[in-house]
Amino acid sequence: MLLQHAAAAGTHPLSGTIAEWVWLLPLLPLLGFVINGLASLLSASHLGPDDPSLAHGPHGADGHAPHDGADAHGAHGDDHHPVVRHRYATLASIVGPAVLALSFALALAIFLAMRGAGEMASPFVQTYFSWMPVGDLQVDAAFQLDQLSMVMVLIITGVGTLIHIFSVGYMQDDPGYPRYFAYLNLFVFFMLLLVLGANYPLLFIGWEGVGLCSYLLIGFWFSEKANADAGKKAFIVNRIGDFGFLIAMFLLFANLGTLSFTGVQAGAASLGFGGVLVTTICLFLFLGCTGKSAQIPLYVWLPDAMAGPTPVSALIHAATMVTAGVYLIARSNFLFSLAPVASLVVVLIGALTALFAASIGLKQWDIKKVLAYSTVSQLGYMFVGVGSGAYVAGIFHLMTHAFFKALLFLGSGSVIFAMHRAYHHTHNHDDAQDMRNMGGLARYMKVTWVLMWIATLAISGVPFFSGFFSKDEILGGVFLRARESTLAEAHLFGIPGSYILYLCYVIGLAAAFMTAVYMTRMMIYTFHGPNRTGDREREHLAEAPWVMTGPLVVLGILSAVGGWFNLPKLIPFGPLGGLEHWLEPVVGESTLRVTNGVLPEASHGLELALVVAAVAIGLLGIFYAYSQLKPDRLVPKREAPGEEGFARVLNNKWYVDEAYDKAIVQPVVSTSRGLLWRGVDTGLIDGVMVTGSQKLAQVVGWAGSQLQSGQVGTYAWVLVIGVLAVIGAFTLR
Amino acid sequence: MPEHLPLFYVFNFYLFGLVAIVSALLFVTRKSPVTAALWLVNTMFSLAALYVMLDAQFIGAMQVLVYAGAIMVVFLFVIMLLNLGHPSELADARGRGWQMAAALVGLALLAEIFALSRAQSPESLELPAGYAAREIMATGAITPVAGPLFNEYLLAFEVTSILLLAAVVGAVVLGKRRSGDAR
Amino acid sequence: MLAESLFFSAVLFCIGVVGVLTRRNAIILFMCVELMLNAVNLTFVAFAQVYGVAGQVFVFFVMTVAAAEAAVGLAIIIALFRHRQTVNLQNINLLKG
Repeated sequence: MLLQHAAAAGTHPLSGTIAEWVWLLPLLPLLGFVINGLASLLSASHLGPDDPSLAHGPHGADGHAPHDGADAHGAHGDDHHPVVRHRYATLASIVGPAVLALSFALALAIFLAMRGAGEMASPFVQTYFSWMPVGDLQVDAAFQLDQLSMVMVLIITGVGTLIHIFSVGYMQDDPGYPRYFAYLNLFVFFMLLLVLGANYPLLFIGWEGVGLCSYLLIGFWFSEKANADAGKKAFIVNRIGDFGFLIAMFLLFANLGTLSFTGVQAGAASLGFGGVLVTTICLFLFLGCTGKSAQIPLYVWLPDAMAGPTPVSALIHAATMVTAGVYLIARSNFLFSLAPVASLVVVLIGALTALFAASIGLKQWDIKKVLAYSTVSQLGYMFVGVGSGAYVAGIFHLMTHAFFKALLFLGSGSVIFAMHRAYHHTHNHDDAQDMRNMGGLARYMKVTWVLMWIATLAISGVPFFSGFFSKDEILGGVFLRARESTLAEAHLFGIPGSYILYLCYVIGLAAAFMTAVYMTRMMIYTFHGPNRTGDREREHLAEAPWVMTGPLVVLGILSAVGGWFNLPKLIPFGPLGGLEHWLEPVVGESTLRVTNGVLPEASHGLELALVVAAVAIGLLGIFYAYSQLKPDRLVPKREAPGEEGFARVLNNKWYVDEAYDKAIVQPVVSTSRGLLWRGVDTGLIDGVMVTGSQKLAQVVGWAGSQLQSGQVGTYAWVLVIGVLAVIGAFTLR
Repeated sequence: MPEHLPLFYVFNFYLFGLVAIVSALLFVTRKSPVTAALWLVNTMFSLAALYVMLDAQFIGAMQVLVYAGAIMVVFLFVIMLLNLGHPSELADARGRGWQMAAALVGLALLAEIFALSRAQSPESLELPAGYAAREIMATGAITPVAGPLFNEYLLAFEVTSILLLAAVVGAVVLGKRRSGDAR
Repeated sequence: MLAESLFFSAVLFCIGVVGVLTRRNAIILFMCVELMLNAVNLTFVAFAQVYGVAGQVFVFFVMTVAAAEAAVGLAIIIALFRHRQTVNLQNINLLKG
């Protein structure tokens, strides 16, 4: 393995270029983590970790009871609160975004070097040291740079930089300011580790690391129990998925003897096409993906993860971390293309998740919850893409989604920021995230309004915005593969794969319709109609500072033109299939294998029909929402009546959390309490083992002491009997 | 050891062996310590005779001098010194059940030892027949014992002297009547 | 005469053992131990005739140890008697745990 790597590195077109500095990519955020973490630790003794009573940042409005208890005393209407800014805030706001910007610059330089190096058939693997040499297991600390990881690195560092800059404004008054940036930097470090690792264990380290950072950031305001619980939920649910990932790794090692991507790719063919083993491996890998990327049945943690700061939701729970599962499948394309049944499962789960989450999004009132379910739904689309073998489409949607969903989340952050400020000025304790308390914000926040509409049009699939291209490509990919592919020939539960793929296409269209509806609903309720914030609060509503709107503008541009990265052939101009061509060395072979060796070619008419159908669905959704919704009739949250009928089911998220609670959590808790605690712990371990061993020692000791009669004669008897036994043993030998 | 032992020798060997056993049986069954001690002396004399017949004249002499002479006399002295004659001291044997059990244990032990003594020793270790007797003829009875004792086992011999010294000191200390004693 | 010697030796030893097991008088017990030592000595001497004279040297050492033991043991018995006015071991249980 080592020799092979060395040889590959020696002759690789990238050796000797700036790509040699790839190790610096993750190390820069790690450096930022160290600096910000130290700043946070140094100040901890002065300010306490995060006393919510000191909090004056916008987080007080993030879905929970406001924290400004201390200000309740200030009922004299003083608008000038003593804003507590962290003593190292300046340091953190320089270091935090700067390391990301540097990392992004380096990524760009490496990207240009890759472009300059021309055709790059094999990945550029840099081995740094032997990490786990255990028997046959040889795991190196090695980075693998190829077209796929390059795309991910650019997305992570690029979007990450923008979100870091946005956070400078959003989190400015938070007492845990350096801690926040430390976590965020650490997250980027692990995320880069995840996408750059040259083997599954290294990817897994990143995978777990981002999970840790996600947990830390969801529970960032941990003094509020709901936030800490949300963090725990995310952590625990992800463990279920990680179990699958681990099993998949064990199986890979047991059968192929290696865990590096190049090694597994080389040996994958020996697993056999469509075999039970490769299907099992892929299904276990996908179980890991359902945890990390919030798919049915493990999606429940992601909506709760909105308890974290909004930029965190944008970066981790929309743009990057949750797409790790998509990346994993794209990275393991050589395995999934061998397992059509597993791929069908991926497509089906993805499609169902897309529809299911979109339906919940229809009736949420919390602006972030809408976006959270939208994220789950869009991730479903990505899985439909990578599952059906349209790896490029999946990654393309991952990229455009990173743009428009980050924009949407940051935009919502901007709205929440404004809302919170307004409430803060008047000591109003209303929910700053509930759309029923918003309305008509377009008048006060022009920039945010325009940019969020761009993102909404993009996610709804309106032509020539980025989401249109990527979503269309996924839906088209599924449709074409339903006609001719290994998936279509396979059977799942006895149902032909082509039926399932057609069904998924229809589901995808339905989800697209719902997406357009709930997004338009969100925009209308938030920005249009009359304002419901309150008369006194209204005059304090204002646009966020430039440090927040700046990143929004950049993301808005990317959301609008992101489709240019991979224009379909239908468009008669521009760089056609840019991303497809770029990713060809990584996924090309697998894509062809899924489609039986021929690129899915649709006739011009069919392709046009598919596009028209998708566009029509999207526009129909927008129109439907626009015509049906009556923002004038809405009342603020505290006066709003409860939901009725089916809307109530949707508002309560199909009662999935409750069902999980009944079906899994409560049995586990009662089993733990009744059987494991009372029975095993108190009864068996404490009673029998601990007390029992003590009793046993007591009895044995008592019996022994009874032998010590002090009578020499007794001792002599015992001695002689012992001699008899010993000599007897010799005799009988 | 000659091939064909004279009948006289064999007769005497068995005689002294039986005397030793019978005396030993009488020794353990007598109630009076003095009587028992005297029967033990008888056993030791018989053993001394056996030693002589087994080409160990020096050991036989030591048996008479040290064991029968010195040690047993000390025993008798102590018995008489403590005046262990009165009835409570005499009835010292355990009950019938214990005696039967002890007999059983003794027989079992005997059986085990017999079973063990059937083990074969390697031929190469055995000396030629009559070797010891010839050596005694040639060099006298002391030399064969004195040779190894002062060469190979010299260290053990010297340590034994320290042991004896320690025993003497210990006996004196233990036997001394201290001022704090009751009487 | 090796076999006969071993037979006598074994019988004498077992008589000594039975004596130890049945008697309670400390001095007689002691003498039983001496009898057992003598039985072992007989084995040593008998084997010395067949396997070399070193066995007799061991008899010599055993006698020395027996002498030392008798000296110390009798001193202990005297001290014990002084303390308890008896040598019957049934009445002596200072070691009781």
